[in-house]
Amino acid sequence: MTTKDNAARISQLIQDHQAEIGSQWIAQLEALMVRGTASAKEQLRSHCQQFLAAFAVATRGGELENIDHRSWDEVRDLLSEISSTRAKSGSTPSETATFVFSLKQPLFSQLTAGFAGDAEGLASASWSIGTLLDKLGLYTIEVFQKAKDQIIVRQQQELLELSTPVVKLWNGILALPLIGTLDSARTQVVMENILQKIVDTGAMIAIIDITGVPMVDTLVAQHLMKTIAAARLMGADCIISGIRPQIAQTIVHLGVNLEDVITKATLADAFLVALERTGASITIKN
Amino acid sequence: MSTAAELAVGFETDLLELNARKRAERTSLPLRTDEDVVHLRKHVRERAVGIGLSLVDQTKLITAASELARNTIKYGGGGAVHLDKLADGLRQGVGLVFVDTGPGIPDLELALRDGYTTGGGLGLGLGGSKRLVDEFEIDTRPGEGTAIAVVKWKR
Amino acid sequence: MERIPILRMGDLLLVTIQVDMHDRLAMTLQDDLTERIVRDNAKGVLIDISALDLVDSFIGRMISNTAAMARVLDAQTVVVGMQPAVAITLVELGLTLHGVKTALNVEKGMTLLGKNLNR
Repeated sequence: MTTKDNAARISQLIQDHQAEIGSQWIAQLEALMVRGTASAKEQLRSHCQQFLAAFAVATRGGELENIDHRSWDEVRDLLSEISSTRAKSGSTPSETATFVFSLKQPLFSQLTAGFAGDAEGLASASWSIGTLLDKLGLYTIEVFQKAKDQIIVRQQQELLELSTPVVKLWNGILALPLIGTLDSARTQVVMENILQKIVDTGAMIAIIDITGVPMVDTLVAQHLMKTIAAARLMGADCIISGIRPQIAQTIVHLGVNLEDVITKATLADAFLVALERTGASITIKN
Repeated sequence: MSTAAELAVGFETDLLELNARKRAERTSLPLRTDEDVVHLRKHVRERAVGIGLSLVDQTKLITAASELARNTIKYGGGGAVHLDKLADGLRQGVGLVFVDTGPGIPDLELALRDGYTTGGGLGLGLGGSKRLVDEFEIDTRPGEGTAIAVVKWKR
Repeated sequence: MERIPILRMGDLLLVTIQVDMHDRLAMTLQDDLTERIVRDNAKGVLIDISALDLVDSFIGRMISNTAAMARVLDAQTVVVGMQPAVAITLVELGLTLHGVKTALNVEKGMTLLGKNLNR
């Protein structure tokens, strides 16, 4: 029996018994559901019905091996939608893939009935359906992953924005407290931000406070040095403050040359230096 | 297209396995005059913006292109540059290949090590350009010519 | 031939570079500035590069050389308005513009020149 014949027969079987397959499938999935709210069940039912309908139509196209074929376009789109919705509501990838895999059993039941007496045909058809659903299940995992990745990227960006506040301490003096661990990529972005802010505010001195940075490695130290060099090229200067003992040790240990960079233990000390450099001072009245 | 490009084609495409990576939309430009360098900068800017490189990465790439183009003209006796759009499966990049049929670079190690002296600017400054890009490969053959390929990927 | 205009304000010369200069144009500017410093007895030179989104080694050297020649002619040079992306690239390139004073903008640059000339 050729694949085309198989495909035609399988397609016919599915269409003839769509309702039965559908209810068996839904029943299985509902049994597996941990969160059994009414709306969740409603959504599940809706997803199943839509998918099965599209699946039935797609099998008519005769292409049971290649899910990238255009006859499967609608099914793939539907799976993307279902997968994204489930990702956003907190489903695990397994749960979403199970959605597809669990269609196997109801389909196999129908195939067994439909291919009764034709062992070879049944084996071939079962294999086709099995691998087809495997591919579709894997597809949902890919889509799921991409959706999660996009969420992560967006959160990273938001985090980045949160972690580079700029404080104007005085005329021409900026304070930029860095918070959190700095990896190479993040440090580069943060440093570019600092330089842009210097230009935007016309600051003469930027105090980069690293109290909130637990660890500094060679790359981060190098980026810091490059940022200071760049700021100087632009006509401003930087002071590094908030260097904790451990970081001081790391910096010396790494052999980073801090000779022509002003470093202070506290932001307050750095501020005083900055004031002096910009020609101001603080007078304490009695 | 100048003879420089044709002659050099034999060895330049081996660089950076450019043929193995998906290379598309090649533009080839001559490098003979000052204006050619300005022209190249415009093209590189377009390409860089086209794949969405950040402003800093754009600037780095165009600066590197400017440096290498000038070298091609000054030390290589003129030549050509090829701009490619590269795809790596996951990311996109801009690839540049500078070719000339000049005397070649006699001491490659020295050229790569050479930095900029204060106001002197001796040497080819290849080390600097190398730092501005993500990938950098040279094939130089004394008496035959030089090909330099660089890539900047979108982060 | 195209030239970059040089403005005179008292004993200061002001240059605003707004085009993507090819090497010859840069050399012409260097020559023009040196000549004007002598001719106008200028004491300060302000080079505004806020419109430049690219400074490569050639331009960098042109700026360094101009400042060095100005100094010999008893004039101070200040470069203003370097864009962050340009500054980052120059640092990476290893170009230090040694001996060139810089300021964030024209106003600050004039202040810097004024201070140094004891106005």
